[in-house]
Order: sequence, then structure tokens, then C-alpha cells
Amino acid sequence: MSLSAGWYLGLAALLFAIGAIGLLVRRNVLIMFMCIELMLNAANLTFVTFARVLNDIGGQAIVFFVLVVAAAEVVVGLGIVVTNFRRRSTTVADDLHSLEG
Amino acid sequence: MLTLSLAAASTRPTWPDILVFAASAAVILVGALGVVTSRNPVHAALSLVMTLFGVAVLFIEQEADFLAAVQIIVYAGAIVVLFLFVIMFLGVDRREDIEVEPLHGQRPLAFVMVAITLAGVIAMLATAHWVTGAHQVVGPIEGPIAKGTGAPRGEVAQLGRQLFTTYLFAFEATAALLVIAVVGAVVLARRPEPDSEVTA
Repeated sequence: MSLSAGWYLGLAALLFAIGAIGLLVRRNVLIMFMCIELMLNAANLTFVTFARVLNDIGGQAIVFFVLVVAAAEVVVGLGIVVTNFRRRSTTVADDLHSLEG
Repeated sequence: MLTLSLAAASTRPTWPDILVFAASAAVILVGALGVVTSRNPVHAALSLVMTLFGVAVLFIEQEADFLAAVQIIVYAGAIVVLFLFVIMFLGVDRREDIEVEPLHGQRPLAFVMVAITLAGVIAMLATAHWVTGAHQVVGPIEGPIAKGTGAPRGEVAQLGRQLFTTYLFAFEATAALLVIAVVGAVVLARRPEPDSEVTA
């Protein structure tokens, strides 16, 4: 049988922390998106762990929806990155300081 | 089912389980650190694939076979390829200087705040009774006995049944969300038309 849930939840917390540090520290918008994916994966791991511990399929169904929303978020986010790059030739968050097109 | 899950939680894990968990945890953490520390966005994307694979292995380890397959297909197959496509489309796959710190004190502050959050979560894990929630609000992972075979239906059948009954509205809403996302991405990434066509 698998390890107790505490190990999985601790690993997910660590993964979330690494993703949060990357999101706060890095300045490249693409890398920041990847860090958001890390944090979403940590949440997914927690959901699946609780689905196993509580023997409830609902946890796995939620992970399914998280995957869909993550895909949609990446598609729109990368579209915004491409549009911004056309106008300013940069993907660094510091250089994006104006809402004007 | 309740007693079954509690009994399963109390049995000692075998050494292959420990080995699989340790290997996947190492892969996940190394990949995550690679995403955060690599200077080249392409290397970061490949490190992300490493982390996603590790998470998929842990999904299999926890009886979520379908989600592990979806994790590989959607994340490693589609999302990371989209990342790599945009990186190479924009031509930003060059090394980036991550030594400079434009905002003074940002990194120490980020580390302190994340450490506080992590310590809070770990403390909550260690002290709170986090598995006393309601068991099986939606349904068990293993479905009812299938006709003829005598074996319980797996989590794939159970997940499909729940998606099309309990979560039907959410399922349809995600379909709408995906259509909106595709249309939005096409509109955003489209090349601006020349002025002559706009005024015509």
C-alpha cells in the first residue's frame, strides 16, 4: 500500500513553495507561467492524495477540471505574451508598465 | 468502504512503494528547482516536463491511472509543447541574466514570505486532524461490481460516471471555457491587419 498521506501532502507543499518562489523572483513572463503550472500540480497532487485517503472519486474529478482550466489559462496567457512581444519585443515583466496599446 | 480505506491507511507500506515515492519525489523537486533556476527558458520547459512526469508517477501510485495518462497527454504533450512553441516562435531562447536584482530586497522578502507560508502549511499538517472529513461525499474510487466479471469497476468507469452525472454542468461549462479560450487565443495572436484593409 502507498505511503501515508502526510508524505504526499508534504511533497505537494514543498512543490507549491518552489513554484511560489519562482513566481515571485523570476522576471521572464514565460518562466512565471511555468511556475504557476508547478503550483497547480502541487494542488492536483493534494487533491489526488485526499481522494485516496477519503476514498472519494470527487477529488479526482476536480483534478480533471483543474487540468482543463490550466490548459485554457496557458493558451490565453501565451496569446497575451505573443501580443505583447509584437509591440515591445520583450517578455520581461519589468518592461511591461503601460496599459496603452 | 470506510473501514477498508482506514485499514489501508494503517498498513505499512512495502519497500517498492517507498522506493517509487522517493524516486518520484526526487524527480519532482529537481525538476521544479530546474524550472526556477535555469537561465534558458527552453531548459526550464524541459525541467517542467520532468516534474510533470514525477507527478504522473505519483498519480499512478495513488490509484489515479486515468489522471496520470491525462497528465502526460495534456501537460507534457500539449501545454509544454505550446510553451516551447512560443519560446521558439518569439526567439527568446537565449540565456538570461538572473544575477541582477532590479528590485532591492525582493528575493529575501519572497523567500521569507514563502517560508512562512510553507511553515504554516506544515504545522497545519502536523497538528490538525485533516483526515476526519466526510468520507465519500461523491462516491468511492472503486465502483460497484460489474456484471459478469465479479470484479469492481475501476476508477476510470467511476470517474466517467461522476463526470457525466454529478459534474455534468461543470463539464459543459469547461467545454464553453475551452471554446472561449481558443477564440481568445486566435484573436490575440492574430497579426494586425494592414491599414488599407482596416479602413476598407
